[in-house]
Amino acid sequence: MINVVRAELTKLRRPSLSLSTIAAVTFVIGLVTSLLFLLVDSPEGNGERGIRIGRDVLSLATGVSIGFSNSAGLLGIVALCIFAAQTAQEYTYGTLRNLLVRQPSRMKILIGKLISMKLFAIVMVILAAVLSVALSYLFAGVKDISTAAWASSDANAALARTFLNVSIATIGYGIFGMILGLLFRSPISAISIGVIWNLIIEGLLSAFVTNIDRYFPGQLLSIVAQGGSEKVSYQYALITSYGFLLCGLLIVAVLFKRRDVAN
Amino acid sequence: MSSPLAIDVADLSKKYGERMALSHANFEVPMGSICGFVGPNGSGKTTTIRMLLGLISPTTGSGHVLGESITEPEKYLPRVGAMIEGPAFYPALTGNQNLTVLAKLGGFDTKSIQDLLDLVELGDRGDSKYKTYSLGMKQRLGIAAALLPNPKLLVLDEPTNGLDPAGIQEIRNLLRKLANSGTTVFISSHLLSEIEVISDYLVMLRLGKVIFSGKTSQLLAKQQPVIVAKPEKSTDLDKLLKIAKEAGHECTIVGDSVHVTGASDYASKFNKAAFDAGVVLETLTPVRQSLEDTFFEMTGE
Repeated sequence: MINVVRAELTKLRRPSLSLSTIAAVTFVIGLVTSLLFLLVDSPEGNGERGIRIGRDVLSLATGVSIGFSNSAGLLGIVALCIFAAQTAQEYTYGTLRNLLVRQPSRMKILIGKLISMKLFAIVMVILAAVLSVALSYLFAGVKDISTAAWASSDANAALARTFLNVSIATIGYGIFGMILGLLFRSPISAISIGVIWNLIIEGLLSAFVTNIDRYFPGQLLSIVAQGGSEKVSYQYALITSYGFLLCGLLIVAVLFKRRDVAN
Repeated sequence: MSSPLAIDVADLSKKYGERMALSHANFEVPMGSICGFVGPNGSGKTTTIRMLLGLISPTTGSGHVLGESITEPEKYLPRVGAMIEGPAFYPALTGNQNLTVLAKLGGFDTKSIQDLLDLVELGDRGDSKYKTYSLGMKQRLGIAAALLPNPKLLVLDEPTNGLDPAGIQEIRNLLRKLANSGTTVFISSHLLSEIEVISDYLVMLRLGKVIFSGKTSQLLAKQQPVIVAKPEKSTDLDKLLKIAKEAGHECTIVGDSVHVTGASDYASKFNKAAFDAGVVLETLTPVRQSLEDTFFEMTGE
């Protein structure tokens, strides 16, 4: 297993992937955090779906981590794309057959890939956290929002909690991408279906159908990242979203184990 | 067969829907040999190789590689090097990084990578991205990857594709060297002349069935040589045909010559008979059939 993880990390560390991931994370964090602070006084709202997060909320100990937790959905999409591409490209490049000749245990390949991509996702979330905190201080100064409470132990605890939740959510989105990658065996198909599902289908239906977000993995993972919502508890969101993912992962694992590698 | 076997398959079949990709194949490959695996496109070569490497499951039958059942590839694949259906690597990684991925995956020493790159003459291009490689370079990298485990069995699918004549010669020498050191080489190729030069054992497939399995020399020895006689005057072709037929030989007119199937010692008798009939021959050449001729004869292509 450790051999698979080491091999996968060699692929994940390649400059083209690392640099594009850094660029994507910087863009997502920059966009969400800047909108959160710079539109603080806008009547149109500065949070997800027009929610208003006022100066008083931002100046609380939890204020430093709001931008970070609000970015979880988009960070998740980045993770979904990476996990889906890393999995499906083995089919399109024809490299899966090389992997299976060197490591015939298909489950070891699958689990090793998952572990290495989870490690990559955690590094991505750490980068996002650092960027988000730095930008929060920068934009708070620009908009004259008090940051006195952000250095307290409560703020550190909130940040640590948010980091954990965003990591769980991001990895969850990634697993969703991996499932799609194994199902469709094409990076383009897996990524497009994943993005369309999460951003358009789930997003639109959740906006117009009451309580439907309780049954969508993407929406539930966003709720996990925010530590729960008024309507959906953290525990429910975590158990249900990961329940969906576990079922999906089991199905594709069986397919991966039994399917002939003919390309 | 008393010598130990690198590969043996018995009644091996693979069916895709209604199509039989490989039908009840039986063959053996002795340890330490270079075995050519030939057949027209769609004859089941790659399907067989995939089954031997545990990538697809047989519909029926059994097989053993290095003494282990093909149902348990983890027992023999660490001793097998393979390049299947041409080289396949990650375009954004360098040649060196691509080999590192496979070495780490197999738990092999990454220190041997530079030596392998040197061996396939990619030593100075190891740090270039795979996507910048020519077809020949990709092929060489595939061979280097197959050699990573220091294999007891090397399975190569069309290894000389894209190589120039000098490259083909180098690969041929490399394979011979490996075979001399005890490595069994199982090589599929559509270049029959190439296979004839390097292989001492042969498995021939046609339409998913094994039509020959044995020593290359045995196969070629079975084939009767052909005597090609070209008369000075093309009007004498029919006379020559009659002479050969009367002597009990199969013969045909091909272009401006008569091709007579028979032992080469018939050439002198044929020459004399032609002279006695007043036919002057411009050339008279006994020709040994090549593997390609034999292959086309056997496959009816």
